[in-house]
Amino acid sequence: MAFPHRPDAPELPDFSMLKRLARDQLIYLLEQLPGKKDLFIEPDLMSPLDRIASVSILKQHEVDKLYKVENKPVLSTNEQLCFLVRPRIKNMRYIANLVNADKSAGRTRKYKVIFSPQKFYACEMVLEEEGIYGDVSCDEWAFSLLPLDVDLLSMELPEFFRDYFLEGDQRWINTVAQALHLLSTLYGPFPNSYGIGRCAKMSYELWRTLEEEEESETKSRRPEIGHIFLLDRGKKRLRELPNRPPSALQGSVDFGPEVTSSEKSLKVLLNADDKVFSEIRNEHFSNVFGFLSQKARNLQAQYDRRRGMDIKQMKNFVSQELKGLKQEHRLLSLHIGACESIMKKKTKQDFQELIKTEHALLEGFNIRESTSYIEEHIDRQVSPIESLRLMCLLSITENGLIPKDYRSLKTQYLQSYGPEHLLTFSNLRGAGLLTEQAPGDTLTAVESKVSKLVTDKAAGKITDAFSSLAKRSNFRAISKKLNLIPRVDGEYDLKVPRDMAYVFSGAYVPLSCRIIEQVLERRSWQGLEEVVRLLNCSECAFTDTTKEDRASSESLRLILVVFLGGCTFSEISALRFLGREKGYRFIFLTTAVTNSARLMEAMSEVKT
Amino acid sequence: MNRTKGDEEEYWNSSKFKAFTFDDEDDELSQLKESKRAVNSLRDFVADDDDDELERVSWSGEPVGSISWSIKETAGHSGSTQEGREQLKNQSRNSFSSYAQLPKPSSTYSLSSFFRGRTRPGSFQSLSDALSDTPSKSYAPELGRPKGEYRDYSNDWSVSDTVRRLRKGKVCSLERFRSLQDKLQLLEEAENMHDGNVITAVLIFLKRTLSKEILFRELEVRQVALRHLIHFLKEIGDQKLLIDLFRFLDRTEELALSHYREHLNIQDPEKRKEFLKTCISLPFSAEDSAHIQDHYTLLERQIIIEANDRHLESAGQTEIFRKHPRKASILNMPLVTTLFYSCFYHYTEAEGTFSSPINLKKTFKIPDKQYVLTALAARAKLRAWHDVDALFTTKNWLGYTKKRAPIGFHRVVEILHKNSAPVQILQEYVNLVEDVDTKLNLATKFKCHDVVIDTYRDLKDRQQLLAYRSKVDKGSAEEEKIDAILSSSQIRWKN
Repeated sequence: MAFPHRPDAPELPDFSMLKRLARDQLIYLLEQLPGKKDLFIEPDLMSPLDRIASVSILKQHEVDKLYKVENKPVLSTNEQLCFLVRPRIKNMRYIANLVNADKSAGRTRKYKVIFSPQKFYACEMVLEEEGIYGDVSCDEWAFSLLPLDVDLLSMELPEFFRDYFLEGDQRWINTVAQALHLLSTLYGPFPNSYGIGRCAKMSYELWRTLEEEEESETKSRRPEIGHIFLLDRGKKRLRELPNRPPSALQGSVDFGPEVTSSEKSLKVLLNADDKVFSEIRNEHFSNVFGFLSQKARNLQAQYDRRRGMDIKQMKNFVSQELKGLKQEHRLLSLHIGACESIMKKKTKQDFQELIKTEHALLEGFNIRESTSYIEEHIDRQVSPIESLRLMCLLSITENGLIPKDYRSLKTQYLQSYGPEHLLTFSNLRGAGLLTEQAPGDTLTAVESKVSKLVTDKAAGKITDAFSSLAKRSNFRAISKKLNLIPRVDGEYDLKVPRDMAYVFSGAYVPLSCRIIEQVLERRSWQGLEEVVRLLNCSECAFTDTTKEDRASSESLRLILVVFLGGCTFSEISALRFLGREKGYRFIFLTTAVTNSARLMEAMSEVKT
Repeated sequence: MNRTKGDEEEYWNSSKFKAFTFDDEDDELSQLKESKRAVNSLRDFVADDDDDELERVSWSGEPVGSISWSIKETAGHSGSTQEGREQLKNQSRNSFSSYAQLPKPSSTYSLSSFFRGRTRPGSFQSLSDALSDTPSKSYAPELGRPKGEYRDYSNDWSVSDTVRRLRKGKVCSLERFRSLQDKLQLLEEAENMHDGNVITAVLIFLKRTLSKEILFRELEVRQVALRHLIHFLKEIGDQKLLIDLFRFLDRTEELALSHYREHLNIQDPEKRKEFLKTCISLPFSAEDSAHIQDHYTLLERQIIIEANDRHLESAGQTEIFRKHPRKASILNMPLVTTLFYSCFYHYTEAEGTFSSPINLKKTFKIPDKQYVLTALAARAKLRAWHDVDALFTTKNWLGYTKKRAPIGFHRVVEILHKNSAPVQILQEYVNLVEDVDTKLNLATKFKCHDVVIDTYRDLKDRQQLLAYRSKVDKGSAEEEKIDAILSSSQIRWKN
């Protein structure tokens, strides 16, 4: 409604092909085990699978019963078992137990393991160790790109974040490279590439290797997508920790009874197919009310037209318009219900206080007050994830917590949520998300050299001065450099957003989005050296532009943004906004759609 | 439920307080409500045959027919599902036609490069109908079954070829790399490739063919590979080798944490306690050592309390357990929860017992603030208003009593309200809130009429008092009180 795309905005490529491709591959794999079989599905694969195939398709290919892979005794009596799993050790152990139990019961069945998106050698090793290698056949289902929306592709690999950024395991880099290779095979080469972060660089290099190995066909195609931008959630990178005053609902949402105004709750997939949703999704939340009320009035008016119709008109109305109106009616009541429930949550408890604290942290004032707010949050045993998120936000914006605060917050956290969270804290420290300021540690080499040159007495003072300088965190420097916190005179009018900050109610522009904007403007990292240095990425910011005459001006305004480690809906909304402003279209490829709470959960050792 | 809803509306209509970003003049919530009314009013007209429009949803919320739904169904009946199978048969019959009509794969895009070298003629027979118009294009992934055909018996692959084949997921023997130099070259090549799966594959080989000492020594200078090995050992649960590795690397803290992590896998409380005891002496930082010690002490306490209380509860002699049966065991709960529990069930116990709140407070050095918050929540839940009162009453040296709250009285009020304290009690604490605006806000929100009225009187705010009069019930005592104040000649109103 409020902001349509510019008329010259390029068309998006058709990604539904990816779904068809994945489905056909799966069918092909199922056919490899002819005859009736029971299918065991990894819970994490269920919802992606639901989006590309249906039970009836599975049935058609002789899948008899469906089971979830979980730690329960298997009741299946089928002679053929097929497992559709992520390549995880615990799945291998599950399968091994099952096969070995069959063996000792003298039972022979056929087993097939389909790894998605690929198998790992560690998994095969476990199968070998458990003595069932050869008893089970292994296949790969390279389903790594799920179109969640017309412009959003998800790899559905939330573990990417923890595996790479916490454990340093590069196992998914090949998966990313393969996915990029698939895209360039289908949609032509990308003439311009940019990236930042070590993981981004490695993925890019491996992908290039793949391309070179199978060069001929890709190269001859006309590029459809002009730019590719890879960025990873590196250590020093600010993740989207601020809470998002929900600009709208996104993705798949569980609507409880209070929303559907019926007894059942409903799982709804929200994307551009939902007409009401497609119009409100990028709106700031405060705009949604007006829009919905307008819609409701229109709908009422359209229904009212039926009064005073003659029979023929009525017949026409019923046959042509009624269905559409009903559909709209259904969607509308759903979204109104959802808004109501969000409103309730927003006005309840201390949402205001929470937002106030987050803004204070971002801007760096009232640190003491914010710290004691977090403390109280912990003491009252309010959501453990929320408490962690606030602590991380404090740590990132302040370059680590003051040791005294760190100790006391940690102690209280362990007391409130359980001592085993000691492990969570160690993880967060490892990932650089929650750290302690080490006095003196923050001095750079140059600074310490300088202080050595002056006399001892003065040195003390200078060191003090430097450390106070260094304490002014990287975040603040970057934020200032890139103007992440826009200065606003007067009220920020959310109905007429001025910049990408609208996704955080005008308070903050997501760092990743600002970087993308700046690089696209310059077509390189030139002039951003200082920012790159502050991000600690001097060695892993890259540009690679090829002269591509065949690229149409349309394709040059299509940009594929690859988020390694996940992206948030705030970032997506912000970039969609940027696209509308500049006449670009963005395509998002992410390892998973995430939010700060999910990141925190990934770091948490204690699964709830 | 209705009451809270009413309260909220009241709050929204009466409060000057505006929610963040909801700064529109016309109240958005009422706008929303209006839209809802409009839509609902259409429901009668629409509802007649709406069923076919709505997605059918199972009780658990998944759309009927979805895969997740279907799995729950299997789990549910697991045995005889004649009816379900019948239903599914119908479903598949219904959908067969729809599948046949699926858009054909577009043939303009070549995928053959994708699967090049992996397809053999004749492998698509079963799919021929689904892929009818793609005679030369294959959408098929590599098969597991004919793996043997790809197995490479030649031993001449170079290091880089070997690594490339590994990356493609092909079985490839590493046995011929016997010299340490070859092995390390292999590792290096894998690292340069960036594929973690290949790095791990090489590491599995190195782990098997090198002695621990040599492996550790070589990895110490190869950080990327080292992190892969650590993650691999964590995943397969080779705790022993992991500990050896940390010891070799002199990473004492990681060693300690890794050992401590094990306790999560021990279910039996006694065994877990004994295990935690062994953790105390591990080389943690001084700070963490104290946490581990606390963890052990806490579990030790919980075991004692649990045994004792289970006994008391089953004996049925103790009133508190009869009135409020325990919902869960206290074992492995956080300290604050334990404190809440002990404030709930053992509030009056002498300091000497393990289960007394004061004892917990002392043993674990629980800060005052935390203690008061928890005790307040527990006593309010029991509606023990007298205890609540005592919690905040302090005597000064002259013997005067005074109310003091380390957490701020606005918090106290909120907690009391959450536990549905009566208005008289709430009123008392609302009155203790220092900031006038907060006080008015809370009093309005929680309908402490007296406080609101008195505050406006003290502020000499006639207008607000008049406005408030319209909100109290007609003919109520509150109205009378407002009238009396308004007609009083003693007050010099400011407006």
